[in-house]
Amino acid sequence: MDWLFMYMPIAGIKIFWPGLVLIGFSVGTIGGFFGMGGAWMVTPGLNILGFPMAFAIGTDMAHIAGKSMISTMRHAKFGNVDYRLGFSMLVGTRIGIECGAQMIMYLERLGNVGSVVRWTYVIFLALIAWMVFYDYFKARRKAKTGQVGEYGATGITWYVALHKVKIPPMIHFKVAGFTCSLWLPLGVSFVTGALAGFLGIGGGLLRMPALVYLIGCPTHIAVGTDLFEVMLSGLYGAFTYSLKGRIEIVAVFVMLTGAAIGAQIGTVATKYAKGYGIRVAFGIAVVCCMFSVILKEFKFDAIAAVVILGTIGAICLYIIKIMFQGAAQELREKKKAEASLFKA
Amino acid sequence: MKRLKVWIIVGVILGFVMPGVALAAGDKASELIVVAHTRVLTDTGYYTAFMHYMADAYNANILVFAIWCTVLTAVYGAFLGFLMDFLMARTGLDLTSRKILEH
Repeated sequence: MDWLFMYMPIAGIKIFWPGLVLIGFSVGTIGGFFGMGGAWMVTPGLNILGFPMAFAIGTDMAHIAGKSMISTMRHAKFGNVDYRLGFSMLVGTRIGIECGAQMIMYLERLGNVGSVVRWTYVIFLALIAWMVFYDYFKARRKAKTGQVGEYGATGITWYVALHKVKIPPMIHFKVAGFTCSLWLPLGVSFVTGALAGFLGIGGGLLRMPALVYLIGCPTHIAVGTDLFEVMLSGLYGAFTYSLKGRIEIVAVFVMLTGAAIGAQIGTVATKYAKGYGIRVAFGIAVVCCMFSVILKEFKFDAIAAVVILGTIGAICLYIIKIMFQGAAQELREKKKAEASLFKA
Repeated sequence: MKRLKVWIIVGVILGFVMPGVALAAGDKASELIVVAHTRVLTDTGYYTAFMHYMADAYNANILVFAIWCTVLTAVYGAFLGFLMDFLMARTGLDLTSRKILEH
């Protein structure tokens, strides 16, 4: 069974490589579907495999950059990536992350802020989950009463008010399909970046709902655009972490191999999923992440890992089901159409 | 429909049971290694040569190591993207448009 263990030259240990492939596959699937990096999912998985935690974040960052590249290439083919919006958000996010990181380092010098950061994270996750489910139930109520727009019923429409702010320069985002002040994506991405830097997270969990509810991006385009941004910031993160000697490059390649397949499944599944289906599943993932953070705060680390990994497993199966059912249906319809053409 | 619901419930339960089993068998992460151990990389072959080179770069010149990590991640990601694109195109699925147009 020695062939199942691969030597990691930097960490100096042998790792069960099918586990790395499975982690890459799961995170690729979920990341490609929701449009986020998924660092919060990888760390417990690496911990179970016995991966040295000092290398976990950097290795994960590099793997996420590569995985997001694969997903972005697929989403771009669907027309789900607004590059102009992505670059605008990237500028704000980078400045925001640096500000957030500086703030947390300043607070750390004053005293122990670990608990404050975790509870702040829990509050924001709770807010996001509330927003997602409130939006869903509001949209359903509107649909039942016949208040349906061009693209179906919508719940939260805060972006409509924000689009009315006419501070120049005004910019048209062709793929996302709206015009707004450039300060809107810059401002929103600065705030989400600052929060991410403060909380020590990548930010995809915050940025995706911000793109949908505050900037007004359609869900599928928010997924693709966010992945584009994660790709660029992930490459930057990979470089800075490797400068600190915190990357196990062999593990990155192994996880990427699994992520390549997962990213295709997750991305193609968005083709067959409605916007609100993606949002509700995202809300459930956020709730489970929140519970795992609370459990870790009360030192129930093992149960927290079970909650996270169980969530990942369940959501992965759900996404795989959507993809294969949708693909089978599409191929059946294609065959039927070809058969009727042949008859004609 | 009923069978599908049963499969979904089974899948969710398995999703929660399996990590619990894995965690029961697993071990905690070990200490940080600050120097890559190159003496154990004694086999010949391209893979070991690559590992040896990366470990040497990690020990001797971290900037070179960082540049290689970033470049190789981007190159491997792009390669896998193109490869999966090529393979997915052969499935017969329409991968350039989607029917569902909603917010």
